[in-house]
Amino acid sequence: MTTRKAIVMEGIDNVATVVEPVDALGEIVVEAAGGKIVVHICDNIPFGHKFAIRDIPGGSLIIKYGEPIGVARIDIKAGEHVHVHNLESKRGRGDQ
Amino acid sequence: MKFIGYRRSGGTVGIRNHVIIIPSVVCANRVARGISQLVTGTTWVEHQHGCTQLGADAALTRRVLVAHGTHPNVYGVVVVGLGCETLRAQDIAEEIKETCQDKPVKLVIIQDEGGSLKAIAAGASAAREMVGGASSMERTPCDVAELILGTECGGSDACSGISANPALGVACDLLIDTGGSVILAETTELIGAEHLIAARAVSEQVAARCYEVIRKCEDSAKAMGVDMRGGQPTPGNIEGGLSSIEEKSLGCIYKAGTKPLQDVIDYAMPVTKKGLVWMDTPGQDIEQLTGMVAGGCHIVVFTTGRGTCCGSPIAPAIKVATNTAIFEKMKDNMDMNAGTIITGHESIAQVGKRIFAEVVQVASGKLVKAETLGFNDFAIKRIGPSM
Repeated sequence: MTTRKAIVMEGIDNVATVVEPVDALGEIVVEAAGGKIVVHICDNIPFGHKFAIRDIPGGSLIIKYGEPIGVARIDIKAGEHVHVHNLESKRGRGDQ
Repeated sequence: MKFIGYRRSGGTVGIRNHVIIIPSVVCANRVARGISQLVTGTTWVEHQHGCTQLGADAALTRRVLVAHGTHPNVYGVVVVGLGCETLRAQDIAEEIKETCQDKPVKLVIIQDEGGSLKAIAAGASAAREMVGGASSMERTPCDVAELILGTECGGSDACSGISANPALGVACDLLIDTGGSVILAETTELIGAEHLIAARAVSEQVAARCYEVIRKCEDSAKAMGVDMRGGQPTPGNIEGGLSSIEEKSLGCIYKAGTKPLQDVIDYAMPVTKKGLVWMDTPGQDIEQLTGMVAGGCHIVVFTTGRGTCCGSPIAPAIKVATNTAIFEKMKDNMDMNAGTIITGHESIAQVGKRIFAEVVQVASGKLVKAETLGFNDFAIKRIGPSM
């Protein structure tokens, strides 16, 4: 049995999914690509939501499951909540 | 490996022995419901179709209705028509009889019977007789390899791709290893993951079909001129942490396991291949469910993170919660909990094996919660306007 608070699905991912609600200003250790990364959490992250595990420059790909799930709309700092407010979907966009 | 089921004369096997009342047209819904309410042991469907439909759209409605009558989980059928509709009840009843010659089929036309009350009486009388016949049939050992399992995820959350879907993928692999068939569907929810499934296609043609159905689906979303995120992911998905259709799809695809993709088939078309088959359905849960059952799917495993209660009138849908909180909160509707993967109490493989064992038990007669609570959800995909 583990007590992990956040899961990184694949080594090249730049986000982690929290498996319990996480409060801002805490610190989380996530396992990614065989190593451990300490992330300072900047936002409250609800259950099932994501945070950046490293800085993601605006315009670059957001990776989960080892695959792109969208593009950063703005610069996203490690520890920030990643969701519809700063992640731009690239598929099914009839508005663009 | 064996389960106990109902062997049909056409060589197929059923896991249920339903008597179903099918209206050919929206105008016959009330009578179909009235018949079923009078006769314990029957089920029924209601829908909005059957009149003023044209071409492929009319053909699709007919195919789905007929397929629910010919389905191996069905012992007998009462088809109800109004009498003046485009999709004639006579034709539906006739096609079911032609396909399944030993299946009891009763035709009731409301205008011919002299109104709704007389039509309900005529239908109920025939349905009662069918229930008597169905109840005297015994289950016999059948090969698990004869099962067609439909996979579905609805009310997804961020746990879907971490717990229940990968576990369902393990169960699908186990079923395919024994010789069975598995349906992957909900094309919308594969946008962004199509390259992963296409890479598993058995031929270049099947791989090309993967990209083709995705392109058509995405083009139809784009034709609406809006960001797909107005409807996919749904507001509940987004609240659950899913940020884009790509993220939803990449979690969704895990439920298809790891086996080669044998075929891509159209909505509600019969599954004829063993192994993994992709049916091109919408992501809307009930349209998908109805299409898979029309394709011959005996049983559905339905993963959910936000919680859903739905069920087909003729095929059991096992609900697997992706997280322990929703399993506890909606215990009346959840059959299994895969949230133990999130908490670290069980591995993906362990839950996958539990799901497979449950599929075999339910195929042998164990009722799922959607059955005991009387769910009979039914919705047919539309591809054309009403005239």
